Amino acid sequence: MMVLRVLLRDPVAALGLFIVLFAIFVAIFANWLAPYPNDAFESHLLQRLKPPSVAFPFGTDNLGRDIFSRVILGTRNALLVAVAVITAAMLIGVPIGLFAGWREGWLSEVLMRTTDVFLAVPQLILALALGQLLAPGIGAAMVALALTYWPFFARTVFAETRRLRGSLFVDALAGIGASPLRILFLHVLPNAAPAVLVRATIGMGFTILTAAILGFLGVGATPPSPDWGLAVSEARQHLPEAWWFPTFPGLAILVLVLGFNLLGDGLRDAADPKIRRSKR
Amino acid sequence: MARYVIRRLLLALPALFGLILLTFVLSRVIPGDPAATLAGDAATPAMIAEIRAQYGLDRPVIEQAFIHVRQVLTGDFGKSVFSGRPVAEEILQRLPATLELTFVALLIAVFLGVPLGLFAALNHNGIIDHLVRVVSVGGLALASFWLAIMLQLLFAMELDLLPLRGRIDVALGMPPRVTGFVLLDSLIAGRFDLLMNGISHLILPAITLSLPGLATIARFTRSGVLEVLQKDFVLYAQAVGYGRFRLAAIYVLRNAVTLVVTQIGLLFGALISGAVAVEAIFDWPGLGTYSVQAIISADYKALLAVTLVVGFVYAVVNVLVDVAQAIIDPRVAEDVA
Repeated sequence: MMVLRVLLRDPVAALGLFIVLFAIFVAIFANWLAPYPNDAFESHLLQRLKPPSVAFPFGTDNLGRDIFSRVILGTRNALLVAVAVITAAMLIGVPIGLFAGWREGWLSEVLMRTTDVFLAVPQLILALALGQLLAPGIGAAMVALALTYWPFFARTVFAETRRLRGSLFVDALAGIGASPLRILFLHVLPNAAPAVLVRATIGMGFTILTAAILGFLGVGATPPSPDWGLAVSEARQHLPEAWWFPTFPGLAILVLVLGFNLLGDGLRDAADPKIRRSKR
Repeated sequence: MARYVIRRLLLALPALFGLILLTFVLSRVIPGDPAATLAGDAATPAMIAEIRAQYGLDRPVIEQAFIHVRQVLTGDFGKSVFSGRPVAEEILQRLPATLELTFVALLIAVFLGVPLGLFAALNHNGIIDHLVRVVSVGGLALASFWLAIMLQLLFAMELDLLPLRGRIDVALGMPPRVTGFVLLDSLIAGRFDLLMNGISHLILPAITLSLPGLATIARFTRSGVLEVLQKDFVLYAQAVGYGRFRLAAIYVLRNAVTLVVTQIGLLFGALISGAVAVEAIFDWPGLGTYSVQAIISADYKALLAVTLVVGFVYAVVNVLVDVAQAIIDPRVAEDVA
């Protein structure tokens, strides 16, 4: 609750929170909000490439589908992909970071060196290679993104665990006989949670952006999915006539990623009293 | 300092070696039989067996891993399924185009980002400050491929001010290849028409690519300067009567710049990633278009080789950045050594 109050006091972070909540709302009620929910897969060739109008606020695409509806329907895909990828990345990265941070030994060393290897290549390049090797499609793209994002969680949790391991309260817990598992999951993990939460929020924005690039390059979503990145890619052949075709799906990516980034920034400031907005 | 440089180089080696092993693992998880894929659809079992022997695919996995490491270390990435030419040769041919684009983008990012961040910090909570904050968050949220298309639409298609795609006009032709960088090669050849043409082709892709970097650099300069401004020596200098801009130029910027230099190393990764999509859109003949082509033709050798080369370049850049940082701020080297 305190976090929420700090967040709302900062107008920029509050805007981020609003965008994210709005996107979640749109994703849940997409089928009711979209004027033409069937345009996810139906085409109407007679109304192809119509400019924005009252009937089609964002115009229609190359198959005569309402772009406004497809942007709304695409919100669900974008959020689902991001949530799935970040959850999977956390499930891999957090335990690795906890273990390697707590124990010193060859296994911890191997785990952290492996993280280094994954961080030695830019995420998109690795995701491209992985996505392609696993047979292109949205599933493979998600696996590829999760496999390239977990090292960030491992690093974050590793640093936090190493920091907390030597602290007095952990010594005291060990002294009164708490088991390592109990200390790790009930005491260390909650203390690392703010850092993980900030990482996850920024990771959501990053994943939406990267998934869109993968979709654009043909390694992600496949037609007729109402994917934003895919829509921008399909629009390229219809320029400069149909300016509205790439514009609106691209704006949707921009707004949603912006929302997550603003929220992530706000959370980071709220979690770290040293860098409250008022001072910076 | 020399000891620091050597130490830093040695630290980069395990990750690079791990990367070579990772690409080996990746090449083994490909669904299907790589030998059958290489042989093509019409291959007989005998031909597949022959290819398997030729590529060493019939040997134990550990031995194959050794062969893979040896091949990579000698610069042998195999042949492209698409063109039949050695992948290493094709990558070497295209690497300068990508480096030229990323380097110019990095220059734009630094030369606009640092002043923006500085002015924002000096104008703390003023209009410029808020503007820079919006730019620095927005720049990171922009999908590069979308921005590229929007810029193309506006400046190349509607206004017809800048070229739509490519590195140089086909009619003019490339300058004689010395470095592979169009701008340098045209200067060496003394062809100013080619130089101007090359620059006009660079503007849109370089601006697109630079934006996330510009955002990051502006942001880190801003917070770095704000932090330094609270230090005692700044208070002292102010008390003695230094003007704001003299203070900023002499004391603050140098102290804040260490932070920015660290960012450049990390940014390079973002730039190379961004280059893939940006190159594909502007038909820029670099590694980005090469990997997109490799995706389309399922040329996994080319893709893995690009991954390795990018990883290698990334590691080198980060070593250089750390060394540069140690030169600017000698305390960094002392901390590590």
